[in-house]
Amino acid sequence: MPDAPPALVRPSHAALFLGYLKIGLFGFGGVAAWARRVIVEERHWLTEREYAEILGLGQILPGPNVGNAAVMIGRRFHGLAGALLATSGLYCAPLIILVGLCLFYDRYGQAPAVEPVMNGIAAGAAGMVIGTALKMTGKLKLSVEALAVLLLAAVAAFVFRLPLPLIVVLLAPVSIAFSLWRAGLLGGAKGAAQ
Amino acid sequence: MTLVLQILLSFSILSLVAVGGANAVLPEMHRQLVELRGWMDDATFSQLYALAQAAPGPNILVASVMGWHVAGVPGMAAATLGMLVPAAVLAWGMAGLMHRLRGAAWLKPAQGGLVPVAIGLILAAGLTMAQASYSHGVWPLLVVVAVSTVFVWRTDYNPLWVLAGGGVLGAVLLG
Repeated sequence: MPDAPPALVRPSHAALFLGYLKIGLFGFGGVAAWARRVIVEERHWLTEREYAEILGLGQILPGPNVGNAAVMIGRRFHGLAGALLATSGLYCAPLIILVGLCLFYDRYGQAPAVEPVMNGIAAGAAGMVIGTALKMTGKLKLSVEALAVLLLAAVAAFVFRLPLPLIVVLLAPVSIAFSLWRAGLLGGAKGAAQ
Repeated sequence: MTLVLQILLSFSILSLVAVGGANAVLPEMHRQLVELRGWMDDATFSQLYALAQAAPGPNILVASVMGWHVAGVPGMAAATLGMLVPAAVLAWGMAGLMHRLRGAAWLKPAQGGLVPVAIGLILAAGLTMAQASYSHGVWPLLVVVAVSTVFVWRTDYNPLWVLAGGGVLGAVLLG
């Protein structure tokens, strides 16, 4: 894997829509992994760190983190038009497919027999999501305390099944405090904001 | 019409409490739709949830399927807009706030502090999905999980191949 990051590309209106169209269309089992792949790896709209930071913000807001990130990324490149294009691109293909599935359900009274295929795809998607988390962790060169927070969040959600809002409320302040402390900003730097 | 407005209202409220996305809000969605409003029974709720999983895209679109079931196309539109718009408006506001604060020395480190939480929750989501795959009791699906993990982690190749392979294997083993 090359270490030097490639030059960033500012997407046009059409590219923004098409990129998000792909994220929505390929995002079986959730879109987090595809969003990162398209935005960071394939199209170089953002660096690994920029994307992770936007995703982090999207995580503490209500709604899907990738959807929130789409609004923020769209706005960053093309204002309101960008936010609308990215969001509609993201939801366009899945909604069309859902309408088809609903029509099928209404007609036959049960979900179509795609379950075995979907279960297989879900296994691939599970690995994709785990691999994405590992890849981001590796590339971002997190500090020891950040790694601890990462593992704690994962254990709290996966092992103890704590509600995600609770995890965010408990861990985000701690993690932000650690991060500010690393940057030498905790205490005595109150005036830095304004 | 009032039904459609009720759907819009219900999902707008859900949208604002959905920190963590669809899976975080599912219990509350169940409470609202099944227990409070009586729009569907337990079994239908589960079936519609499974139906939504068969489509790609953000899991939050489970709301669209529920809306469809309650009131057809207008219901779907109301549920989708209700679920997406309030959260999107908040995200828009947050992006504006970040832009205004961009000169502040503490902003980048503070934002950076959210990164490990976000990645940790992605990891947990992947592990939960892997566990669900294994619940079918077919071990080759775990191999798919493992191969896909390494494939995405260590290479930059297109993961579509792993998904397609998993789908074919699923059809053969579970079909």
